[in-house]
Amino acid sequence: MNKKLTCIECPKGCALSVDIENCRVLEVRGNQCPRGKDYAVSEVENPLRILTSSVLGIGLSMKMVPVRTDRPIPKVRLAQAMKEVKALRVDRAMHIGEVIVEDFLGLGVKLITTRDIS
Amino acid sequence: MIERDLVIVGGGPAGMAAAVSAVEHGVKDILLLERDQYLGGILNQCIHTGFGLQFFKEVLSGPEYADRFIRKIRAIKEIEVSLRSFAVRLSADKTVAFLKPGLLGEVKAKAVIMATGCRERTREMVHIAGTRPAGVFSAGLAQKLINIEGLLPGREVVIVGSGDIGLIMARRFVLEGASVKAVLEIQKTSRGLLRNVVQCIEDFDIPLYFQHKITCIRGKDRVEGVSIARVDDDLREVPGSGFDIQCDTVLISVGLIPENELIEMAGVAMDKKTNSPLSGEANKTSIPGIFVCGNAFKVYDLADSVTRDSILAGQLAAEYIKEQKT
Repeated sequence: MNKKLTCIECPKGCALSVDIENCRVLEVRGNQCPRGKDYAVSEVENPLRILTSSVLGIGLSMKMVPVRTDRPIPKVRLAQAMKEVKALRVDRAMHIGEVIVEDFLGLGVKLITTRDIS
Repeated sequence: MIERDLVIVGGGPAGMAAAVSAVEHGVKDILLLERDQYLGGILNQCIHTGFGLQFFKEVLSGPEYADRFIRKIRAIKEIEVSLRSFAVRLSADKTVAFLKPGLLGEVKAKAVIMATGCRERTREMVHIAGTRPAGVFSAGLAQKLINIEGLLPGREVVIVGSGDIGLIMARRFVLEGASVKAVLEIQKTSRGLLRNVVQCIEDFDIPLYFQHKITCIRGKDRVEGVSIARVDDDLREVPGSGFDIQCDTVLISVGLIPENELIEMAGVAMDKKTNSPLSGEANKTSIPGIFVCGNAFKVYDLADSVTRDSILAGQLAAEYIKEQKT
């Protein structure tokens, strides 16, 4: 089976042609760099996305604290991840990159702040 | 009146990169004016990732990309940052007047770099018929409401135009629990990056209509729905193709225009069509010593390109100041 994908790793958006057999990638064409191949494999076998959102701050200089997962998480978990994010509160000053949730959704991924918050 | 070698208006990605670059090229005395209470400009509300791959070879969110430059600027004593400082006048002799809480300041510079960014085109500029109810937002305003203010502007959304901000906001609304009922693009292809069509629209099964336009916004106090029609290759409405969608919110994402009223005030020759300075050379204007960089010079797709452009502007300003001194 052949599948057409658009690589989302960088703004170029390479058009990928992916040969697939039994849910496994045999060959990737059209990618201009190695990231494209990795993307195609992941997209076929287990699509991943970085989640970015914001968490409500309590008593801080900013109402919303921008956050993201430090690594991509399975796309199918995004909705559940958003529920989790919405239940969170930040009530202390934090540095950019500080960990809010150590093991987010049990995925071994960290939820981190993306801005200094005072 | 205070005097500075270089005044930079705007503390977003363009102004920050220009400031750092100017110092690296020998400018010793810089005043950076920023109207907000933080540096970073629009990057602060762009909490999604996709920044920095070209410039830093890393995937960063907007605030993280801004933070790299904020740290650099804080560490450079030659750059004085003035926050909550809104430039209101620029004259041909390179005097900048600015409002700051409690004062109207004036600064005379040897060179000025305008890094004022761009603004969104509005509903009025694309002529959408109908009533004028609450619930019509530019995509960037909705982004600020959700990401900075923590307010969800609506529950059922139709997005007009497929620019990157509109696509990114489609995903953001869905993640926040709203329903995006349609994204309408009058052209045959998206104005935004393909990656955003994939990760913001296709990922969430949002209907994206090419060659469709909004013909009417309905609703008395609040948006109640929109009318939509297909268009042919000459952008004419196809008779009988109309249909309605119920929604409470309309986002407008139909492009950006450089923000250049101050250089126009100073007498810089302008290209009226693009609202950017007429220029034979990147970042220069018809008035020597007044430079424009970033999205104010030309609307870029990527913050990384803004940075690259503004580094050049910082260098050009430094060279100009050196020439004036000799």
